[in-house]
Amino acid sequence: MIEVKDVSFSYDKEPVLKNVSLALAPGKFYAVVGSNGSGKTTLIRLLSRLSLPDSGQLFLDGKSYAEFERRDFARQLAMLPQSRPVPAISVRELVSHGRFPHLPMSRKLLAEDRRVVERALLEAGAESLARRSVKELSGGERQRAYLAMLLAQDTPYVLLDEPTTYLDVSAQFTVMDMLQKMSRSGKCVAAVLHDLSLALQYCDELILMEKGELRAAAPPKALADGGLLDRVFHIRCVPLEYEGKTEYVFHKK
Amino acid sequence: MNIWQRSYTRKSSDEYGRGEIIRFFAGLSLLFLLSLVLAVLFGSTSTGIREALTEGKGSAAYRIFLYVRLPRAFAAVLAGSALAVSGAIIQAVLNNAMAAPNIIGVNSGAGLAVTLLVAVNPAAVSYLPYAAFFGALAACLCIYAIAARTGASRMTITLVGITISSILTAGINTVKTVFPDSLYNSNAFLVGGISGVSMARLSPACWLIGLGLVCAWLVAKDTDVLNLGEETAGSLGMNVKATRFLLLLLASVLAGSAVSFAGLLGFVGLLAPHICRRFVGGTHRRLIPACALGGATLVLLCDLAARLLFAPYELPVGIILSLVGGPFFLMLILVQRKSRLYD
Repeated sequence: MIEVKDVSFSYDKEPVLKNVSLALAPGKFYAVVGSNGSGKTTLIRLLSRLSLPDSGQLFLDGKSYAEFERRDFARQLAMLPQSRPVPAISVRELVSHGRFPHLPMSRKLLAEDRRVVERALLEAGAESLARRSVKELSGGERQRAYLAMLLAQDTPYVLLDEPTTYLDVSAQFTVMDMLQKMSRSGKCVAAVLHDLSLALQYCDELILMEKGELRAAAPPKALADGGLLDRVFHIRCVPLEYEGKTEYVFHKK
Repeated sequence: MNIWQRSYTRKSSDEYGRGEIIRFFAGLSLLFLLSLVLAVLFGSTSTGIREALTEGKGSAAYRIFLYVRLPRAFAAVLAGSALAVSGAIIQAVLNNAMAAPNIIGVNSGAGLAVTLLVAVNPAAVSYLPYAAFFGALAACLCIYAIAARTGASRMTITLVGITISSILTAGINTVKTVFPDSLYNSNAFLVGGISGVSMARLSPACWLIGLGLVCAWLVAKDTDVLNLGEETAGSLGMNVKATRFLLLLLASVLAGSAVSFAGLLGFVGLLAPHICRRFVGGTHRRLIPACALGGATLVLLCDLAARLLFAPYELPVGIILSLVGGPFFLMLILVQRKSRLYD
């Protein structure tokens, strides 16, 4: 479990996160949502140790973040940032980089590492892309390749910053299906999402941020039905029943 | 998409079979050996290998082979491999395919340190590689600090590098003007040239370059991971700052050592990595040895052209490299602007 206790963070003395406390449990899929500038990305960066808090503490399975060596931490928690340079390497090579925290000093992939890489390609449905250059792929295929890299990293905790941005609708569903599958396999998955509809449809809990503060962390239905989403986003959130599932449409207030 | 875009930006090493990679390395090795033999056999004088062997150790022909052509060929190999690998590393660290030691001011930094040392203490020839290394490192860190602080786009970083390079070159010219006798054959130094090198002068740089090349290959996997981006590399457990610093250190050792005897040799660090990437992809375990071989071959061939084109007159090899590399760099800018893949 990841525990965040009273964490604050500021950029150039401008507070971006204020006294945030929350807990993320294994086997659950969390969406970090909120309007622009609410502190979503900052929160995910702190959770992934890419930034350090000004005050407060973070714990992973009861151990303070500060106590982890870099590689130990990377064997526990994987993070996929939103923007990254696209290297001129094959998908298989990209996925094999997911094994980096597990490699010995020689940096040589062992037989077990190769097995994990092939399994990750298979699970991510990226087997047919394995020999292709990452640069050649479409947005959806590229995201699938990076998700395979996350799978190869083989960590119980997975964080993602806007994994569906710039993807077409079909690719968005594919990515969300994969993330949900990861969480169902026992991993704790948390993603910053701008698409509220996808967040409500797929996630077990929504972490709702507003002006650097944690407004709520609750199941989608509770937030949507309780009117909190309406207040934070200045919208009207209307539930629709479709094939036995509740989906939501949004209207401007 | 045209052939250049496909060649320079979209190839992955996995797209080539193992056989294709082996054929490339075998072909490149053959070309390298051929260039080496030609560099030793031919020069601006018509002295042949037969005279050297028949006339014996005391003959002029023998001396030309031993004290002119062999050191010169060795210098071309060292400078070419060092600058090419330095270029590949700098491109990975700055995530910028247009960065190269001469373009972003690393060579000029080394050059300024060398001219300053020679101006202050002309007898300190054996310390030149070390001075060059510190000069190159200072320039590297300067570019990196600006890149890290401003988060500037890749094109901006290149422009910053060009500006720093101009400032440092102005510094070299100032030292040259104030201490006119400080630098023997200063024109050849400024454009890059390897005529008149001796084995004794190459010796300290040789060890540094050898060590640098081995280290560059050993950290190739880390270079690959760093190439995925700072945040991705960090989340994979890499100490990004330390790795970047280590790689810049390596690039500086390599470029600085080359500059200490070859002067401000340009474009090797740009041409060789791009051409090699076309054949072996972006994986540094293949790219580093390919660059070392490719860079050495390129400088050997250009130096041969510099000696033979206007024989008995010689051009500094830097001029030939600029004539080849300049148009290549312009083409790269046009292709990358068009494909919008790098900025």
